[in-house]
Amino acid sequence: MMAFLFGIFHTWLVLVAAPLITGIVRLTKARLQGRQGASPLQPYRDLWRLLQKESVIAETASWLFRIAPYLVFVAVWLAATIMPTFTTDMILTPAADLIALVALLGTARFFTALAGLDAGTAFGGLGSSREMFVASIGEPAMLMVIFSLSLLTHTTSPANMIAYVLSGHIGIEVSAGLALASMVMVAIAENGRIPIDNPTTHLELTMIHEAMVLEYSGRHLALLEAAAMVRLLLFMTIISSLFFPWGIAFVDAGPGEVLLGLLAWFAKVSVLAMVLGFCESLVAKMRVFQIADFLGGALLLALLATIFLYVSEAV
Amino acid sequence: MIIGTVLAGFLCLGLCGLLFNRSPLIHRAVYTGCLVLTSVLVGDGLWHIVQSGQEAIPSMVLPFGLPWLKAHFRLDSLSAFFLVAINFPSALASLFGIGYGGHVPEPKRVTPLFPVFLFAMNGVLISDDAFVFLVSWEVMSLSSWLLVLSDHTNPEARRAAMVYLVMAVFGTFCLLSAFGLLAGPTGAYGFVTMRNAHLSPLAGALVVLLALLGTGSKAGLVPLHAWLPLAHPAAPSHVSALMSGVMTKVAIYGLIRILYDLRSDVGWEWGFVMMVLGAVAAALGVLYALMQRDLKTLLAYSTVENVGIIFIALGLALAFRDHGEIALSALSLVAALYHVVNHALFKSLLFLGSGAILQATGERNLDKLGGLLNRMPITGFTFLIGACAISALPPLNGFVSEWLVFQSLFKGPTVAHWAMRFGVPVVGVAMALAAAFAATCFVRAFGIVFLGRPRSKQAEAAVEVPYSMQIAMAIPAVLCLCLGVFPVMVTSGIATVVEPLVHVVLPAAVLGWPWLSPVSLTAGSYSATMVLLTGAGLMITTLLVVHHFGNRAIRRAPIWDCGHREEIVNSQYSADSFAQPLRRVFGSVVFRAREQVEMPPPGEMSPARFSLSMSDPIWNGLYLGIVRVIDAIADRVNLLQFQTVRRYLLMMFLTLVLLLLVVAVRQQ
Repeated sequence: MMAFLFGIFHTWLVLVAAPLITGIVRLTKARLQGRQGASPLQPYRDLWRLLQKESVIAETASWLFRIAPYLVFVAVWLAATIMPTFTTDMILTPAADLIALVALLGTARFFTALAGLDAGTAFGGLGSSREMFVASIGEPAMLMVIFSLSLLTHTTSPANMIAYVLSGHIGIEVSAGLALASMVMVAIAENGRIPIDNPTTHLELTMIHEAMVLEYSGRHLALLEAAAMVRLLLFMTIISSLFFPWGIAFVDAGPGEVLLGLLAWFAKVSVLAMVLGFCESLVAKMRVFQIADFLGGALLLALLATIFLYVSEAV
Repeated sequence: MIIGTVLAGFLCLGLCGLLFNRSPLIHRAVYTGCLVLTSVLVGDGLWHIVQSGQEAIPSMVLPFGLPWLKAHFRLDSLSAFFLVAINFPSALASLFGIGYGGHVPEPKRVTPLFPVFLFAMNGVLISDDAFVFLVSWEVMSLSSWLLVLSDHTNPEARRAAMVYLVMAVFGTFCLLSAFGLLAGPTGAYGFVTMRNAHLSPLAGALVVLLALLGTGSKAGLVPLHAWLPLAHPAAPSHVSALMSGVMTKVAIYGLIRILYDLRSDVGWEWGFVMMVLGAVAAALGVLYALMQRDLKTLLAYSTVENVGIIFIALGLALAFRDHGEIALSALSLVAALYHVVNHALFKSLLFLGSGAILQATGERNLDKLGGLLNRMPITGFTFLIGACAISALPPLNGFVSEWLVFQSLFKGPTVAHWAMRFGVPVVGVAMALAAAFAATCFVRAFGIVFLGRPRSKQAEAAVEVPYSMQIAMAIPAVLCLCLGVFPVMVTSGIATVVEPLVHVVLPAAVLGWPWLSPVSLTAGSYSATMVLLTGAGLMITTLLVVHHFGNRAIRRAPIWDCGHREEIVNSQYSADSFAQPLRRVFGSVVFRAREQVEMPPPGEMSPARFSLSMSDPIWNGLYLGIVRVIDAIADRVNLLQFQTVRRYLLMMFLTLVLLLLVVAVRQQ
């Protein structure tokens, strides 16, 4: 019963918290650039404003253009409901593991990329092509991170992974460190953050994600923006819950522990949001074809993480 | 008994097709007959799978062939499983053929051979001796060769058929030698005696190698795949669907029959080899597919990828079995067979879709298509389902089998040997890359063909195909969803098929409804039903919220495109431009892809030119290398052709002396 309630609560929690986290990233960047910056609540207002506008759709677009935002948003939201935030006691945790989570994000990307091609514009195609290119190396890297974590914890289910780490079976592992580094690089790429992509750019030749959704407006754009915010929060949750799981409540936890779990999760993702804003202010965007080197590095790090497990065992 | 009658029915249909080829109705009649017969076989196969274990395995001896060689037939659960997996797509192809068969370039050359092809493939499945197996195999190769050659005025089809014939002969030769070794010096050609044959280690290894080469060349394993992307697209689309979706599965059946049933002591090293070959095929196959401009060639290369994935799982199963991890071995086999079913379904669907596109527009070139989703809604929608399934998107079937393969791959390092421990992660990278590339490949294929603005007059004028063809595409699309949402029903069915091969029933955790949790309850689980239900719930919530609080108005307007009013259709991304980033990163190494841009000097009005060159490393390196060696030898041997009669007699005499010497030495 508690698992069911927690599951419902968690589903809405990630949705409600996502714009706030995006707001925190934007505020951090604004302050570091010496600007006053908008309130962290601004993304809520942006979404609401978009929702109130009429949607303009290109004459050449097909029905796929209209359903894609819904599919994308639901796929990302569903992926976010799988990943535990404050408790591992959720109804949906056994329904899907991390491989399924990667695949759900893949579904969202698949339909975003198709929507980019739908209107038949040069920019849409450019965005789709580049997005799929980034994912072609990023997604394998993430799967290899999961591979190395599953070798460490003997499971691919995120809740069981967290439980295994918290039970103190593993100390400090080189492999976990390499996997973390790889995961961070993948998260940057998947969310289109600097230095891979710039979410605020409208400079035509450097766009990836923005180019795909260029033709969207109104409620459809609101859904896509919301999906991007939920995805950012999801990746922060993956990093914080898998690699720094301390504070997460177990099955049959008391109300105090659940509250602690909530606070700990919020603190972790807020810190990550500020770190992201800080790091984005430090580096410049890289050229498109350097992305292959960046993500190839992530893939190799993840591969090393699996192989190091056995090297350290043999020594 | 039923199967015997049905097989005879196929031959009769073929004969009818040949005799009455002047009648305009014959195409519809033959394909309808094939549809009925294959449906009977599907039902029969399903019945045998359900009954397996409860009744004796039906077998039969018929006095065919040479007087002292009787033909043995047998239908165990493995054969029954493949009977279903093969005849179901064949039924769809037949249904598609009812509307399509009369419109192919040379229908008279296709219709009589279609049932013969089906006859031969089913013959391979129910054979219980090497004789029937090889004869059926050869009939299968030759009938499909003739089908590839049906468009005989096309030089490309002739070249494809030539390459295919050479590779088919090579494959049959390997299988013939493998069965020869299995039969031993006494010539015991029945499978029953082969199961108990004791072979020397060398002979055992040779059998495995030859079986891999023989079946691998038919399945399209890299580097034996060269014929596949030439031959599969050259045939009419419903035959392409059979060759890609079905005939490769017959090859997989042959491999499983030899390595898992006839031989029970294949070492894990061979499993490792298969796994690595599979990984190479998976990654390279899809990389090739990404670079293609021809829709059917793209689909054929994607078959190479999927065969690679099946080989990875089969190799893992061998490695696990040899190390005593029987439950994991069963899991890998289940994963492999699941992917066999899935690939047969969605690849047939996609090839049938390409046939529909071909009939509507006359085009296979991606860069001449576009905007078809509005013009061919049913074809477009079913093709989209197929593309999602083959890209392993949940909740469709492709994801379930890839999930199972990943789960067994993640357990690969359980085998405590350094080669497996370091090899499995590398294979994992290849498989993960293949999965991601496949998604890119099918975003490109679907996006360029069905979305955007039409790139040619033909694409603009396209209309939807007849109902029988639409139904033939809609059925596999629905099944792709069903097999994805109720995976546990499929795995429990496959588990009974796998049981006689590994002598273990998968533990209940694998079969507990609705969770698919193959290793143990905590090691990771997936429930497609729950995912779909939750997704549906979230979708309804989203729709309600957006429609209640949001503005529901929609306005149609010209394309915005950042303010550029692009009237020229060619300003859209094309198939080549979509693949450009991956071509630059991977293609420049693998395919030596070179891009050349010739800009006119400033002030001149001539157009700029862009040219792209790529070369196939395996064709140029391996195949042309072999051709060069054969040519060189032929040049030397050519001397023998122009001698006098005296010299020929001398040569014969010397040969005779040499042979007698050999005999004399051996007898001492």
